[in-house]
Amino acid sequence: MKFMSASKSHHERHHWVAGHIAGLPRSGIRDFFELVSARDEVVSLGIGEPDFVTPWSIREATIYALDQGHTSYTSNLGLISLRRECCRYVQSEFGVDYQPDQECIVTVGVSEGLDLVMRAILNPGDEVIYHQPAFVSYAPAIAMAHARPVPVHTREADGFVLSAADVENKITPKTKALLLNYPNNPTGANLGEPEKAALAKVAVKHDLLVITDEIYSELTYGLRGASIAAYPGMRERTVFLHGFSKAYAMTGYRIGYACGPHQLIDAMMKVHQYSMMCACGFAQEAAVEALRNGRDEREAMREEYRQRRNVIVKRLNDMGLPCSLPDGAFYVFPRISDTGLDSQQFAMRLLEQKNVAVVPGTAFGEAGEGYVRCSYAASMTDIETAMTRMREFVNELS
Amino acid sequence: MTNLELKKKIIALLQRNARMSDVEIAERLLSETDTVAGAIKELENEGAIIGYHALVNEEIAGGDEVRALIEVQVLPDRDGGFDRVARVISRFSEVRSVYLVSGQYDLRVEVVGETLQQVALFVASRLAPIDGVQATATHFLLKKYKESGFAAERDEVYERLKISP
Repeated sequence: MKFMSASKSHHERHHWVAGHIAGLPRSGIRDFFELVSARDEVVSLGIGEPDFVTPWSIREATIYALDQGHTSYTSNLGLISLRRECCRYVQSEFGVDYQPDQECIVTVGVSEGLDLVMRAILNPGDEVIYHQPAFVSYAPAIAMAHARPVPVHTREADGFVLSAADVENKITPKTKALLLNYPNNPTGANLGEPEKAALAKVAVKHDLLVITDEIYSELTYGLRGASIAAYPGMRERTVFLHGFSKAYAMTGYRIGYACGPHQLIDAMMKVHQYSMMCACGFAQEAAVEALRNGRDEREAMREEYRQRRNVIVKRLNDMGLPCSLPDGAFYVFPRISDTGLDSQQFAMRLLEQKNVAVVPGTAFGEAGEGYVRCSYAASMTDIETAMTRMREFVNELS
Repeated sequence: MTNLELKKKIIALLQRNARMSDVEIAERLLSETDTVAGAIKELENEGAIIGYHALVNEEIAGGDEVRALIEVQVLPDRDGGFDRVARVISRFSEVRSVYLVSGQYDLRVEVVGETLQQVALFVASRLAPIDGVQATATHFLLKKYKESGFAAERDEVYERLKISP
């Protein structure tokens, strides 16, 4: 067999990759991760997961499930015991009633739920509106389903809350869905009742599906109202995505769930059935324990996050990096543009000069330019050290 | 936040870390340093906070003291119940803690000494003869696993990814 010339083989290989995948941008976080990983002694505020280990009662339930030999497949939809607990929980905490046997599916984290819903609802050429700055997976998840992601920028002046009018301006005949994520990664912003009502109205008026990723919802520091799914006319057009990663510090378990009208859950189930089969069984059993007995630990973690938020927001403002007190998640999104640096420069130099890692706002889309994301899911010692070094860094700039 | 709520939160923080600075407490609770310092003073004055001490793993710190838990059965007084005996026992400097408990005995007393003999002698010659004490049972502590919510042995540090979305 003859080898092709190097250039030709390169050319041909390029075509092995599907066009819509080749067109996906590399995650900005990925590049930054490589840089940070190459260094020692970095104090990182760049971590998007709890610094707590999973509460022991949940880990113990996992061990017990393994001990009992619960190592097989579960139903495609997930354990019915877990779906029952999820639906009960969603009813009591978010004000929406779902049937565990028809309107709920257990997924491999919210990430899979997001992929399922996109693949289940989108035809090539459809448009999905999402708000930016946003979690890194949203635009790619839409693009991977052969649809077009349409970003709407949110602004610091509005507290990074999505404006219904801005959404309405982006609606075209091809718009199929609106993707929401509040409390928000990376800004920590949350939606109040009036904003939810306004967005719900727009969705109903233009017959849009709403996908609401509420993974940070337990980490709300003010009042948490009902989900947008509970608003008039919304239940039949909303897919509610949730999971256990953040509230119960279970990121590695990879357990999430989706609730929605039967027709949509059934379509998502088909994709799930043929691609994933089911989520890990003993991890599902751990999730049952989390919902049954995890409340106190969950609340203790939330209180600790709330207090760390208070500290970090004060320190950032004191050093001249303005940020408001975010209402949810475990991120603050200070404005760094007054330093004269852009997000990437700020994060790179801070890393090189002070060994502190924060994530450039542009990793969350161009709307993040001028900001960096600081996670306070870090120990208070790390937060203190990082804040001291950042203050030095900012002072040395001016 | 009312003063009462503030005090409750301060207590919760100090119980986890008594060395936490007034500045940090104030920042955590969106309060002022002076307010926090004042509230702590009040808690100390009113006896809500009775002291601060370090939790020590003697195996590592190298302490060689001997500790024992003593179950004490008490004949309660007609007026004061168990209080009189408990107070008498509490006053000995060898006694680290005294609790009235439910169950098969009445007082659970923690005693510290330099040697086994010293602790045993204290129980026999000072504690047992107290008027009202009917019986004692001594349990020497062999190893500490957890105290006041803190594990004596630390888990190995498990490192998360340094950056994640």
